[in-house]
Amino acid sequence: MSAVLSVQNLRKSYAGQTVVDGVSIRIDKGECYGLLGPNGAGKTTTLRLMLGLIDPDGGDLNLLGLTVPRHAREARLRVGVVPQMDNLDPDFTVAENLLVYGRYFGMSDATIESRLPELLEFANLTGKRDAKVPTLSGGMKRRLTLARALVNDPDILFLDEPTTGLDPQARHLIWQRLRELNARGKTLLLTTHFMDEAERLCHRLAVMDNGRIISEGSPRELIERNIEPQVVEVFGEHAAAWANNHAVRYTQRFEISGETVFCYVQDAQPLLQNLLQQPELRYLHRPANLEDVFLKLTGREMRE
Amino acid sequence: MNKHLFSLPRLSLRFTTIWRRNFLVWKKMAGPSILGHLADPVIYMLGLGYGLGGMLPEINGMPYITFLAAGTVCYSTMNSASFEALYSGFTRMHEQRTWEAILNTPLSLDDIVFSEIAWAASKSLLAGIAVLAVIWLLGLSHSPMTLWLIPLALLVGLCFASVGLIITALAPSYDFFMYYFTLVITPMVLLCGVFFPVDQLPVLLQNISAALPLTHAIELARPLMSSAVPAQLAWHVTVLLGYALLGFYVSLVLFRRRLSQ
Repeated sequence: MSAVLSVQNLRKSYAGQTVVDGVSIRIDKGECYGLLGPNGAGKTTTLRLMLGLIDPDGGDLNLLGLTVPRHAREARLRVGVVPQMDNLDPDFTVAENLLVYGRYFGMSDATIESRLPELLEFANLTGKRDAKVPTLSGGMKRRLTLARALVNDPDILFLDEPTTGLDPQARHLIWQRLRELNARGKTLLLTTHFMDEAERLCHRLAVMDNGRIISEGSPRELIERNIEPQVVEVFGEHAAAWANNHAVRYTQRFEISGETVFCYVQDAQPLLQNLLQQPELRYLHRPANLEDVFLKLTGREMRE
Repeated sequence: MNKHLFSLPRLSLRFTTIWRRNFLVWKKMAGPSILGHLADPVIYMLGLGYGLGGMLPEINGMPYITFLAAGTVCYSTMNSASFEALYSGFTRMHEQRTWEAILNTPLSLDDIVFSEIAWAASKSLLAGIAVLAVIWLLGLSHSPMTLWLIPLALLVGLCFASVGLIITALAPSYDFFMYYFTLVITPMVLLCGVFFPVDQLPVLLQNISAALPLTHAIELARPLMSSAVPAQLAWHVTVLLGYALLGFYVSLVLFRRRLSQ
């Protein structure tokens, strides 16, 4: 497999504050790769460095066989970007947004026109061709942004939190479209802080915090490597007191967060037996998921 | 990181795609825009020209309204470029994040900044032509030399667009632009000979006036009204071009710094 994007020891700091601290990533053709991390982990800065929009302080970057930032312009000819914040042209219709954006890639009006029906169809916006952007719903705007990123038929798509702010229906439609693109051989690189999004879409993930990659692998590998397979969540007023008396005996590890105790175990049976004798406590037994890994690796405290 | 902050602009024809984007937006609002280019200068020119002009003798051998018309061409083109570079430029950079969208394509910041200048100068060109049309319609000048006001409008546009973008690059919000209009543009209108000859001012103010770009624009425009070749032609053009080039470079460096954060 050939690397579509490879990054070695990437570093960037602003005013003495290290934002990206020795990141190395290799993404192969056709992969869907996710960058996970809390706010301020350095995800967006990493994407901007990869696109050659800012200069790194150190490290090597190669995008589609071209050295970045030196040849970033040429590389971006074959890249599509879905930014975190909408930046569609509000003065334009749906079709005009695609036309004007295609021109930035040096495409002729005729070429763009010939791609329009397919792009509109893909974005479920065929009937909205002449609608102005402010009249579109949040989900439609996101889909138009996705269609816009595809106008130049890119080899790789960069998606910065592609479903943030969308309702569940709109998110599912975006996910479906991203899977279709991936099935067609497009390489995807996305950042997210939605674990279900990462788990559903990504072949491989990197968990980022404080500018570093702290764990990398498939969703399943990350779970197996970092955390016990079973989780029992215990809720109730006396959960904390119960945990300090009982959970220590039956769990490998537990965390108290407010009125909830998260118990991480290899075998949940002894713990569940104990819980049967605690009528005042409610509990939920489930397999460990990516969110557990994420919280373990990046901590439970708030990031602002 | 700072090594290319100060590098010279790298220009290409790619900026034309951004110019076309702005033109497509403008086309949707062309009616009100052209009206704006015409109404404001014409009201000033007619009001002051006939009202005030009726009480005044000829100035340098031309009726006051003709004198004022030459100033109005420059003042109107200056205003067009300034408003475009400040308010509309800030909207595209900050409010609508249009620049951010463009930067994700093969275009560069250098292309974007140059397209802003070219676009604002295009609006100036239109404003200049609008005032020139009024000059002809009112018969204020019959000289074919007034056709030179058209390239002059473009030059004045380039100059004030470039200088204005420095302010846009520094602006935290729209409110910031009031400083520029109150402290720079308005004094310039009063000191540079739009409404009265600069030699009416005290020497100190005359010296300040000599350093301001609008003065040089008006020194070029006024003789054209009476078919004369402007004195010190090369000098005035050089000053205007100098402001344009310096403004372009300084604003580009400031935008590079701002957008690399």
